[in-house]
Amino acid sequence: MNDLTEGLVAAFKLVITMDSDLIEISLRSLQVTMSAVVIAAIVGLPFGAWLSVTRFRFRRIAIAILNAMMGLPPVVVGLIVYILLSRSGPFGVFNLLFTPTAMIIAQVIIVTPIIASLSHQGLRDLWFNYHDLLISLNTTKWQRMKALLWDGRRSLITALLTGFGRAIGEIGAIMIVGGNIDHLTRVLTTAIALEVGRGDFPLALGLGFILITLAIIINLAIHILSRTEREGRW
Amino acid sequence: MVTSIFPLQVRNACIKKSGTQIIGPIDLELLGEGCTVVIGPNGSGKTSLLRLMHGLEKTSQGIVKWNVPQAQAYASQCFVFQTPVIMRRSVRENIAYPLIIRGERKKIAMKEADKWIENVGLESSAENNAPVLSGGERQKLAVARALITNPKILFLDEPTTNLDGASTKEIERLVSQAQAAGTRIVMATHDFGQARRLGTDILFMYHGRIHETSKAGDFFPTPKTAEAKAFLAGEIVL
Repeated sequence: MNDLTEGLVAAFKLVITMDSDLIEISLRSLQVTMSAVVIAAIVGLPFGAWLSVTRFRFRRIAIAILNAMMGLPPVVVGLIVYILLSRSGPFGVFNLLFTPTAMIIAQVIIVTPIIASLSHQGLRDLWFNYHDLLISLNTTKWQRMKALLWDGRRSLITALLTGFGRAIGEIGAIMIVGGNIDHLTRVLTTAIALEVGRGDFPLALGLGFILITLAIIINLAIHILSRTEREGRW
Repeated sequence: MVTSIFPLQVRNACIKKSGTQIIGPIDLELLGEGCTVVIGPNGSGKTSLLRLMHGLEKTSQGIVKWNVPQAQAYASQCFVFQTPVIMRRSVRENIAYPLIIRGERKKIAMKEADKWIENVGLESSAENNAPVLSGGERQKLAVARALITNPKILFLDEPTTNLDGASTKEIERLVSQAQAAGTRIVMATHDFGQARRLGTDILFMYHGRIHETSKAGDFFPTPKTAEAKAFLAGEIVL
């Protein structure tokens, strides 16, 4: 219990004093996660919509694989990205290992299946509703996807926030490909792991509380901006 | 000279689903004028016949052929479903949608939608979310959304089932108005009164086939087949 209170005090102190290291790693956390979620959304949302409106032979298998990929172990993703980006790997020439870009790449791989799969699940039901109308109006596949993505945007927000939650709290992959280098690739989660290793539990806890608060603020902000959970609105 | 999409030729067409024959074989020729009303007992294939003509159902055999290439034929027809499909948008955006997907500019599409909103009497809810409309209002929206493209042919699948009298009257007014403006109407209904009021030709469906075809003026006083006679007399036709 004592450790917890000390953690709260440490968090409070860090925030009040506007600790420059804290701000730096918090911003880097946000930068890496936001970039990853944006890229994953650009790929995952249309893919989810495409899966909803397209019937092809291996569709069920594709969906099953996609759902399974939601549970990709981050450590393994990190390891694979590490090997691909390392000097001797196929993408070694780009010199990306131990940079924020490498961390973003790893997180995109983790988050895209989540966003694609959740958006597919939401849009599938909407497509069931719209099917007859959109076929009758002789719409193109792209127009159908657009209608679903626009009219189903509330359920897509949930998919995006789930992806965001997964990415911001993720450590396995970004530790491997980022390396937790001070002032370069250190983010909140890797800093917490470091402080735990050092035995500085109050500081680790403090960083943890800040991470949780950050996640809550982002979620609330998105919900308020998109006006979900309001009567009569989609 | 613009080629008419009519006549529609249906030759020996069947719909099968998982081995069971739903309707057919159907032979039918649809000319460019009037209001054809499809009547028949529940489960006789009225909806399937309409969906077959509209191209929503694939034929397992036979042909459904318009007088023009398929793309042009599809662009000239609209369908109003028994349970209207309402998009999660405002009433105005719902009605403007068919114009938008045809590449019309948004401003013009919205202006056109406003005309139709006025015509169907939905002015007070133009900005509202369409999914909260009542049953009658939903169907009015669906009819407006169908007619906004100025279709050559309009299919209606039991559009006034479950609607109150006032809404039914309003829908019938819109259908008559469209017919007067030169739109071919094909409507399924199980309301004899409605069939009398609107129909010029009657198709009587029975066991997935067209059992009898008549002018409306002949069908009601003197049905040719025993089943149609029994159906009109209010008996349960099996």
